[in-house]
Amino acid sequence: MSTKPTNVEEIKKELIAKMPTKVARKRAKSILPGTEVGEPIPEIQSNVRTIPGIITQRGCTYAGCKGVVLGPSRDIVNLTHGPIGCGFYSWLTRRNQTDAGPDGENFIPYAFSTDMTEHDIVFGGEKKLRAAIQEAYDNFHPKAISIFSTCPVGLIGDDIHAVARTMQEELGITIFANSCEGYKGVSQSAGHHIANNQIMKHVIGTKDVEVEGKFKVNMLGEYNIGGDAFEIERILEKCGFTLVATFSGNSTVEDFRIAHAADLNTVMCHRSLNYVAEMMETKYGIPWIKVNFIGAEASAKSLRRMAAYFEDQELIDRTEAVIAEELEKVKTVVDEIKPRTDGKTAMLFVGGSRAHHYQELFKELGMKILGAGYEFAHRDDYEGRHVLPTIKIDADSRNIEELEIHPDPERFKPRKTEAELAKLNEQGLDFKGYEGMIGGMGKDAMVIDDINHYETEKLLEIYKPDIFCAGIKEKYIVQKMGIPLKQLHNYDMGGPYAGFNGAINWYRDIDRMVNTKVWNLIKAPWQADGPELEATYVA
Amino acid sequence: MALLRHTTGEIKERKALTVNPAKTCQPVGAMYAALGVKGCFPHSHGSQGCCAYHRSALTRHYKEPVVAGTSSFTEGSSVFGGQSNLITAIDNIFTLYDPEVIAIHTTCLSETIGDDLMQISQKAKDDGKVPAGKHIVYASTPSYVGTHVTGYANMVKGILKGFVTKTGTPNGKINIIPGFCEPSDMAEMRRLADMMGIDITMVPDTNGVLNGPMTGHYEMYPNAGATPAEIAGMGDAKATIGLGRWATADGVNFLDAEFKVPGHVMGLPIGLKATDRYVDLLRKLSGKTVPDSINFERGQVVDLLSDYSQYFYGKKVAMAGDPDQVLALVEFCITLGMIPAYTVTGTAGKYFDERMTELLKDVPYDCKFKCGGEADMYLLHQWIKNDPVDLLIGNTYLKYVARDEDIPLVRHGFPILDRVGHQYFPSVGYSGAMRLMEKFLEALLDRLDRDAPETRFELQL
Ligand code: SF4
Ligand code: SF4
Repeated sequence: MSTKPTNVEEIKKELIAKMPTKVARKRAKSILPGTEVGEPIPEIQSNVRTIPGIITQRGCTYAGCKGVVLGPSRDIVNLTHGPIGCGFYSWLTRRNQTDAGPDGENFIPYAFSTDMTEHDIVFGGEKKLRAAIQEAYDNFHPKAISIFSTCPVGLIGDDIHAVARTMQEELGITIFANSCEGYKGVSQSAGHHIANNQIMKHVIGTKDVEVEGKFKVNMLGEYNIGGDAFEIERILEKCGFTLVATFSGNSTVEDFRIAHAADLNTVMCHRSLNYVAEMMETKYGIPWIKVNFIGAEASAKSLRRMAAYFEDQELIDRTEAVIAEELEKVKTVVDEIKPRTDGKTAMLFVGGSRAHHYQELFKELGMKILGAGYEFAHRDDYEGRHVLPTIKIDADSRNIEELEIHPDPERFKPRKTEAELAKLNEQGLDFKGYEGMIGGMGKDAMVIDDINHYETEKLLEIYKPDIFCAGIKEKYIVQKMGIPLKQLHNYDMGGPYAGFNGAINWYRDIDRMVNTKVWNLIKAPWQADGPELEATYVA
Repeated sequence: MALLRHTTGEIKERKALTVNPAKTCQPVGAMYAALGVKGCFPHSHGSQGCCAYHRSALTRHYKEPVVAGTSSFTEGSSVFGGQSNLITAIDNIFTLYDPEVIAIHTTCLSETIGDDLMQISQKAKDDGKVPAGKHIVYASTPSYVGTHVTGYANMVKGILKGFVTKTGTPNGKINIIPGFCEPSDMAEMRRLADMMGIDITMVPDTNGVLNGPMTGHYEMYPNAGATPAEIAGMGDAKATIGLGRWATADGVNFLDAEFKVPGHVMGLPIGLKATDRYVDLLRKLSGKTVPDSINFERGQVVDLLSDYSQYFYGKKVAMAGDPDQVLALVEFCITLGMIPAYTVTGTAGKYFDERMTELLKDVPYDCKFKCGGEADMYLLHQWIKNDPVDLLIGNTYLKYVARDEDIPLVRHGFPILDRVGHQYFPSVGYSGAMRLMEKFLEALLDRLDRDAPETRFELQL
């Protein structure tokens, strides 16, 4: 590669040149340059079907539902109804760390499945499901059981919700079901939505207790990969916030039940939780703000906004003190590492929020983002929430139930008056605000939705970034090309990366990855590229 | 507190609930087998989640690139059939990724709706979607029947069906179908045959595909694996050896029935006796003498065995894994003087019970074993709770049991998610036997050292 093309349009042409016409036409709509701050943001195609035969990063609805959202709740027996595979693959592979707490309940290291066989497919699996729930109860006595249907279950038409209802009556514990067959949606995103709807319907607000604490918040869309939630919990506690519930890292059904007691919802992963925040506001009167605890500066900013919401000088002062103390630690490490990372380049193609959040951490190291995109985002995650009313509802979105939410007659309690909210807003605290990824990325950066293997390989050849962030399926492909890959779904055993200690972990890991010697060892001395400089010794 | 804190020794009969399975589903095995053919692109006919899971599982285990396509079913294709998705996929794959072969397998979804791969592949050909000289092979792999081992077996047969012909002119070769094992194991099986000067065709052969070198370039189709031309020649071979009954018998029998290539199904050559049988069969089929270099290696195993035996004698072992793997390991453990106290495999088969009974007949202990859906790691753990063992052998998921019960674990089988390197080191053949013995002994002695009181901490063996 002689010169690096920086014109996104040209690179885009190169990416789609070899594709069959129909494919090229479709992909073209999902590839855009970023925009400068303040410029109008163009429309990007997202949340549309993957093209058959194209090697995609995406997983399925079931993966989003069981794997991502309900998987990390430790006191629920998550029972997969289907043949063995789906349940097996969602067994612990997301590294959801958990503190089993004083009650000691923790089902996360277990995989529960009805292991359907041919007989069940032919004659229906409801009987087996019922028996499995009974056996799960007899063996484990959980507080709650949640059921997940996989592709064949949807086809044979087992009524998992009816089974859940009758077993709930029989056993007297919370039992609910998720119709999250893999084929149902475009990506994991559909599964997040299905799980969240069921948590909303069956769990949140089912217990009324007085929760101690002056500044009560929920953390939405934090999955505690590599202990991220533990670090966030540490910081919040230090500042004086009371964390009522996390959705859903290190979470419990008991916390979900009382989540309506919080006075502020903070949303980390906009993609997977923005609708829950909305529903909780409508139903219980809890306002929400978008936060980001990935990046030291981002964490500080989020804490300040949370403190500002409560309008309590003591809290504000304490939060400032915590930020000052923590940032000092962080600065020492940045000062040490930045000279080695400054000016290096990165690309991130992952998730539905992470590809945006992690840009903060790279910027703190002086690294440049050449391109980014999401695996299963919707347009608002790219363009900002203002586009929500203009998103067309297609058949795939219509598949996913939209809950009709009304104020809860007993529990609705506006936390702030309209005037108070407006005043805070004026002071710079934007409620329900999310600007999306594209704005501010810069004209020479590439934004690509649902990037596929072919495009990835091409991009790597053209840009040769110093580091690439994606998932396990991409990892070794990228590394074979001599470029280190950081997994942003499960962190390669690393983490936490959230909060201040997390930022420090990240700086050290990235320093190691972009400066490790191994990438210089790929060529043997006799294979070096370019003209041979030393003459061969002839005896 | 224990990680699997809800597991108790109280065993209640379960008929419907599987907890911590010792198996997974068919397509992952099919995908792995397909990767053992040169220039082959695996394709999963169903919704994209299965394919993502299978690629992830294989990638996590082998720490190597694994690519595959998916038909990306929508709700519509689930109702009206996946034919148009598959034909589009075939077109896109040949255009963008240019493989020699596409190996298609079904998933639960496409099986339940009854998509017929033979008919769809034919239609793709008729529609001109398959370029000249390129191939499609396929296998039916419904996950509600069998396990990942069955999927492997089905794809092996699919590959043979797709390529093997008979010219009538014998080529003097011996076909080897390895069971579901590491690429390094396949390499070791080949090395032994090479040492005897035997010309073999190995299908599948993932050596070099899933343990390839770092070159600075990514090759979607590494220069490894069995070529379609080689596979075609298997109909003219002298004989076929299948190593691993569950994973290979179908393929071996197919070659026997269709092409009259005499088949021999044996176990995976793990351990001394099984390797002896493999070498002896090679000798008989080829008419070659076993070279001294092999006798030398064998002698080293016996030497090591005599050095090791005092530490292994009477030690109790529990294991979980694929039936071909655990049967071979059980025999080897018995050879080493150990007691295979508890064994589970999620893959069913009558032969498992028969062979276990035969292997255990002289073992002075009431060994428990079970295969099939109900034979999960939860049951294995419960057995251990009631009467502990000295050593665990199995995949990564056993590490929770190992930690809870404070028992050393030797990782073996599929998947190994938390260790690197197994794709390079064989556990078959004489060298594999030596490696396994070393791993067993390290685990036992490390444990001994760790637990020894100061007064009894030993410097030497
Ligand atoms: S739907 Fe079937 S094929 Fe797909 S992962 Fe689940 S068990 Fe395996
Ligand atoms: S951060 Fe990304 S990967 Fe995680 S749940 Fe949100 S969308 Fe999914």
